[in-house]
Amino acid sequence: MLDTLESQARRLAPAVDHWAVRGVVEVADELSVRHGVVLSPSRQRDAGVMVTVAHGGGMGYAATPDSSDAGLRAAFAQAGALARATAGQMAFEPSALPRPAACGSFRTPVARPVAGLRLRERLDLLKAANAATRLDARIVDSTASLSVVETEQLFVSSDGARAEQHWSFMTPHVQATARVGGVTQTRSSAGQYNGYCQQGGLEVLDRAHFDGEGPRVAHEALELAMAPQCPGGEMDVLLMPDQMMLQIHESIGHPLELDRILGDERNFAGTSFVTLDMFGHYRYGSELLNVSHDPTRAEQFASFAFDDDGEPATRQMVIERGVLQRPLGGALSVARARARAPAIDGVATTRACSWNRAPIDRMSNLNLEPGDSTLAQMIAATELGVLMRTNVSWSIDDSRNKFQFGCEHGQMIRGGRLAEVVRNPGYRGVSATFWRSLAMVGDASTFEVMGTPFCGKGEPSQVIRVGHASPACRFTQVAVFGGGLKT
Amino acid sequence: MNPTDPDTGADLTSRACFEQLAEVVATPPPGAERATLALSAERSHFIRFNRGAVRQATQVTQGQATLALVRGARRIEGSLPLHGRIDADLGQLRDELARLATLLDEIDDDPYLLLPEEVARSERDETGTLPSPEAVVRAVVRAAPGLDFVGFYAGGPVARAFADSRGSRHWHRVETFHFDWCLYHALDKAVKCRYAGAHWSDDAFALKVAEGAQRLPLLAMPPHPLAPGAYRVYFAPSAMVELVGLLGWSGFSAKARRTGTSSLQPLAHHDVRLHPTVQIAEDVGQGFAPGFTLDGFARPPRVPLVEHGLAADTLNSPRSAREFSLPANGANTMESPDSLRLEPGSVPEADSLAALDDGLYVSNLWYLNYADRSACRMTGMTRFACFRVAAGRLVEPLPVMRFDDSFLRMFGEGLIGLTDVAHRFPDGGTWRERQLGSVTTPGALVEGWRLAL
Repeated sequence: MLDTLESQARRLAPAVDHWAVRGVVEVADELSVRHGVVLSPSRQRDAGVMVTVAHGGGMGYAATPDSSDAGLRAAFAQAGALARATAGQMAFEPSALPRPAACGSFRTPVARPVAGLRLRERLDLLKAANAATRLDARIVDSTASLSVVETEQLFVSSDGARAEQHWSFMTPHVQATARVGGVTQTRSSAGQYNGYCQQGGLEVLDRAHFDGEGPRVAHEALELAMAPQCPGGEMDVLLMPDQMMLQIHESIGHPLELDRILGDERNFAGTSFVTLDMFGHYRYGSELLNVSHDPTRAEQFASFAFDDDGEPATRQMVIERGVLQRPLGGALSVARARARAPAIDGVATTRACSWNRAPIDRMSNLNLEPGDSTLAQMIAATELGVLMRTNVSWSIDDSRNKFQFGCEHGQMIRGGRLAEVVRNPGYRGVSATFWRSLAMVGDASTFEVMGTPFCGKGEPSQVIRVGHASPACRFTQVAVFGGGLKT
Repeated sequence: MNPTDPDTGADLTSRACFEQLAEVVATPPPGAERATLALSAERSHFIRFNRGAVRQATQVTQGQATLALVRGARRIEGSLPLHGRIDADLGQLRDELARLATLLDEIDDDPYLLLPEEVARSERDETGTLPSPEAVVRAVVRAAPGLDFVGFYAGGPVARAFADSRGSRHWHRVETFHFDWCLYHALDKAVKCRYAGAHWSDDAFALKVAEGAQRLPLLAMPPHPLAPGAYRVYFAPSAMVELVGLLGWSGFSAKARRTGTSSLQPLAHHDVRLHPTVQIAEDVGQGFAPGFTLDGFARPPRVPLVEHGLAADTLNSPRSAREFSLPANGANTMESPDSLRLEPGSVPEADSLAALDDGLYVSNLWYLNYADRSACRMTGMTRFACFRVAAGRLVEPLPVMRFDDSFLRMFGEGLIGLTDVAHRFPDGGTWRERQLGSVTTPGALVEGWRLAL
């Protein structure tokens, strides 16, 4: 489909102020073994084209699965009709928008292609990982799964842009549920909603230590089921990367999305406590906080060369030494924002989840840069605190301020030493002040590249892939709580 | 659109198109005993607004076919996009069946595979009266001048269908719209409104916008500071949707009950009971949801889940039914409900604020999750138009507040009463495709609601 799309688009496009065509072909293979039983293997193939037309002060999008000449012609007509229907009623002036003309390509570096393994061999991998979790009868449920997605996309526009991109995504997952004496606890390799996801081939499994995850996950599930509840009170927290990724995601990523700041998401995903006048001087966190938008990290989940409006993607710092520098907004949002704040700069991150959704401002790879503390130093510096691993619960207000997060695994730190394991650890705080309590940032030895396939936003709704890399981080004087009925 | 328009292709939401496609599963390919085809298709207009103007207008045509082959206790499936070109689509469906057939040898027997035994047929096809995109834009421009209107319209036909090689056929097509918007006062203070159904009326939409606007002046008052603590509260039905809806995340799942991971485990074990007036059911007999699953199972019109405050049935997927020796009852793979209904109580809705007297009025809740699933402890935020109530009257808006409280406490010992009218809230979700479920709930008066931040 994509091999002929550019010539079709240039031949069939109507005479309008601006048009763009984005074709997507995606194949997702989902394999899962649950407690010794192979579930029905599933392959989901998807393909279609999104056509954009801006004309006469209006703008419309039309998505079609029909990439024939007739299908594209109809989609151009539908997008044109929507441009006419919205002419003069748009929230911005379409003719004033930037129109990139860049050309180039991107391909995920793959060392060991997954296609080299037959279905039977892939299932054997999963069966072995799953079997390794079933230590004894107290493990009452367990899963090992593997998601492999190949996505090809071609973007062309009336301004001559041509961006061809091919991504290879992999998400391995191991999980075990233990029940001991009436207490049930679930432990996962990096999050029940998949924290370990990267681009690449079978080498991703090596980086995820997939072979050895089963026993670790099962042992820790049993350990948690026999552990006391996490105590409550004000104390330090030492957050490992598989919780840091969620902390970054919810209380830095979403509030910095420029479309939220401009009000587009107020009916659904929400607004932001961040306002346009804060960029360049607002103290978001302590001096130790450095956050980058980095679509160039090869193995990370949301790396790309062009966003879905055709803008070339580059690494940019969004927070430096704790000071807010720029929002997560693409060319369209930046153009709108500059009407009110002329000095605003954005990043190329206007993205769509697939061919059937129009692109909006999204997080991509949003990373917290490593510091210079070892994990041992951070533990030693903590008089009373909890080391928390692996997000399991997340909630934050619609301005992205008051948050409450829960983790799968906690371990007390007393007098600068690791102490007992505790279950159901959680903490709550306020984004606008929480990051100022960042007291130590882990060095490269604590740094992990993670992400999520499930970042939701937009109307119509879109679930998109996001990457987060982070070291372990220590925060002081945080409100901590445990499970049970006492809050 | 005609079913086989040469310029625009086949209408993927038409029955005629589906019947043509279903021919591919009339005879399973060699090596397979059963073949099935499930269809999910829509033709939708999506228009989002910010500050009364159009942010994005999109037309989406999509259709996804899911094929499955079965041999003995082995099952494999694959899904692919339909293009609307019947000959080409039939060709790619046949190719996919052939590919799947070659893979049956590579997979294991599934001891928990359960398939529909009966050959069944059902049909529901409802035509609506939907506005054009121009009419939607015009209606907003007319109804919301001077208002900070931010919202989202979704409308058009949605089809779900199932066919198998044994002769089963299920067809479900509805034409619906869902318009969901906020009228903002400032910052995070807004009035949330909805207008959904199958027959659009400009006047009805304008009336709902005007009704919402009447509630804006009270939001202009400074928010009343609120400290963490326990409060007497009235949850409007629009807030109850979130509380009841979160129960669907593991609460009623048969698998979650059997593995000890259900949020309603304490209820199932009779460690606690909800207030005797609490009655919850999966109620697909009403609303726009299909009466069958995409595995081909018929769905009973009503599955009681909580009766008189006690745990009743669970949602049993075919897999759980086989694994735990339960009757399958039309649940999806995740065993999550899509048409939950909480029965109304006896507090007259019109008297709800008077019955609250002094306390909090909560119009909307947001971003709920379990703080501790095993205790059914929920956390989340208030949102939009919540007020302090004094002597039965709304007196001043509240800042957004975080709660952390157990549903079992709130709707057990904490429940004062449910209001006497249950409102149905169609699911406006558009994750991958437009959703057809709903939650039906009354309002509730609760004592001691715990605010944490």
